[in-house]
Amino acid sequence: MNAAFQRLLAVLKNAQDLAVLTPEDWDALLRHARSAGLLSRLALDARELQLWDAIPERVRRHMESALVIAERQIRAVTWEVHKVYEALGPLGFPIVLLKGAAYAMGNLPAARGRLFGDIDLLVPRDTLPEVELRLQFHGWHSNHKDAYDQRYYREWMHEIPPVTHISRGSTLDVHHNILPLTARLKPRADILREEIVPLPGYPNLYRLGDADLVLHSATHLFHEGEWAHGLRDLHDLYLLLIHFSTQPGFMDHLMERARRLDLIQPLGLALYFVHRLFGSWADPATTAVTILKLPGAVQRWAFMQGFAHAHPDFSETFTPAGLLYLYLRAHWLRMPLYLLIPHLLHKMGRKTPAKG
Amino acid sequence: MTRVRDLSDLALRQQLARGLNLETGPFVFRIQSDETPVFTGLRRLYADFPVSDEAVADFHVRIRRPPGLRRWYHPQVRFEHDRDIPFLPLPARHAFAALEWGMNWCIAGYAHHYLTLHAAVLERNGRAVLLPGEPGAGKSTLTAALSLSGWRLLTDETALVDLKTGLLWPMARPINLKNNSIEIIQAFAPDAIFGDKAVDTHKGTVAHLKPTTDAVLRMHEPCPIGWVVFPRWLNQGGPRLKARPRADTFVFAAENSFNYSVLGETGFRTLERLIRQAECYDFRYHTLEDALASFERLAG
Repeated sequence: MNAAFQRLLAVLKNAQDLAVLTPEDWDALLRHARSAGLLSRLALDARELQLWDAIPERVRRHMESALVIAERQIRAVTWEVHKVYEALGPLGFPIVLLKGAAYAMGNLPAARGRLFGDIDLLVPRDTLPEVELRLQFHGWHSNHKDAYDQRYYREWMHEIPPVTHISRGSTLDVHHNILPLTARLKPRADILREEIVPLPGYPNLYRLGDADLVLHSATHLFHEGEWAHGLRDLHDLYLLLIHFSTQPGFMDHLMERARRLDLIQPLGLALYFVHRLFGSWADPATTAVTILKLPGAVQRWAFMQGFAHAHPDFSETFTPAGLLYLYLRAHWLRMPLYLLIPHLLHKMGRKTPAKG
Repeated sequence: MTRVRDLSDLALRQQLARGLNLETGPFVFRIQSDETPVFTGLRRLYADFPVSDEAVADFHVRIRRPPGLRRWYHPQVRFEHDRDIPFLPLPARHAFAALEWGMNWCIAGYAHHYLTLHAAVLERNGRAVLLPGEPGAGKSTLTAALSLSGWRLLTDETALVDLKTGLLWPMARPINLKNNSIEIIQAFAPDAIFGDKAVDTHKGTVAHLKPTTDAVLRMHEPCPIGWVVFPRWLNQGGPRLKARPRADTFVFAAENSFNYSVLGETGFRTLERLIRQAECYDFRYHTLEDALASFERLAG
């Protein structure tokens, strides 16, 4: 692993190190952190630890700029969740926010200085027609009119085709599970709903339970084919684990949930890489890691390429091979080969590929 | 301090190959390119600009050929900023225009420590005039003529409003002229220095005008606002300057800002203060001579 990546990891682990970097270090770190989506988190650390004055002026300006974007994203997510609540709140079943929106509305540390993509929801599968209809009444429409896309999502995926708001342009991903129907691992959505936590201020809006939130974050990351935000997502996991593992018995409960939800494998990867990149966060982790199946040498290498390539300039000779391995692995996990091969061929045959 | 003009051709090419630290107002761009139009453009249009020896650059940008066979057949170049590749590749002969547009893109996308507006800014007697850009209104032509007639150029494309002080910051970069404007300004100021024309871009034919040395030497002097003027070129008639309501000016400026909504309340407060301090006008003109006379009266 190269020096720039090591430096980024070092300051993510110990923000006090931000005070001792040379301008040359900063030049590389600024670019690396910005493309990894982690500059705003470093900026918040620097402010809280009162290291602001130790940072070169030119870097501080970009930190300020990154904080402006992060604050804007929190405003935008809050507003969008409010609109979702207007549309779906009256329904008689719980609406579960996932990922970024859940971190933000649940005031969790992983929302800290984070950039958000689309808003993700989880609803029971048999309520999808009703949810879709209500979203349509409130202005969210599918932009996947293509019959292949419709079939791809509805038969194989764990979500309906994404819907985009007609005036605000915001996109919602409506899920009925956290992994595709065709995936090798089969978490049951009804088990996920057992431990959901209400979100303050929005009756009927929920997030996943603490352990399930970690499991979903891990599952999402280690089923992902594109690694642009791999390091940021792993850092989310690190922040969540630090936060939740202060509760007594949390790690045991996490293991138990992983077993019930068939998510032992992504949890093993998550704990391994959080430990390897950011260091240990608490004692239970050490025992936990020994119970889980750890990644082999090839996987370890390939995932490290994924995390390190947050900046393409710092790519090593075999990084593309590692990324290709991760891409194929993600698809292999999401679909059996007899579905996957025709799907990839279909994607190659057109200009704008379907998601997934 | 080293300026681009102090570098020999060889030294400039070598620095470009490694990364040239070009300072333009508050920004340092580290520019890396082996493309000749980039070299020529910098040589001619950025001659007066400082080469920064600071270790930290704001933006690391590259103009280079994308991988593939097009390297030899009708070669193309693309603009890269870190991992961003914001535009489709352009013909290699448009490499300098690609660099200019890419630099604008970096500022619009990342400089949220300013309120950024799509407008030209010039200064006279310590006060700045902001010219918002309605496409086709003749903003760049007027900016070029003013900048060659005693007005100091701050920017032709992106106005930088300081969030704390409300002052306007210069970049003093070359003025991007399109189509007929190029000949109009060449006729207006036969000695003015232009870069090579890029023909058949998505904006038609474009050429960049070298900023005056004075404008570049004063690239670190911000300026308070004096006026907001919406220019419109008409094909006949005398010049007419008419007051424009501030509220209306505010709304137009907000809509033509790159990051007004990103900045939220700060954006509103910054723009509100800016517009409140300015006299706002609509300005119609036919000849550049008329326009310059009107601006002369405005500046007092």
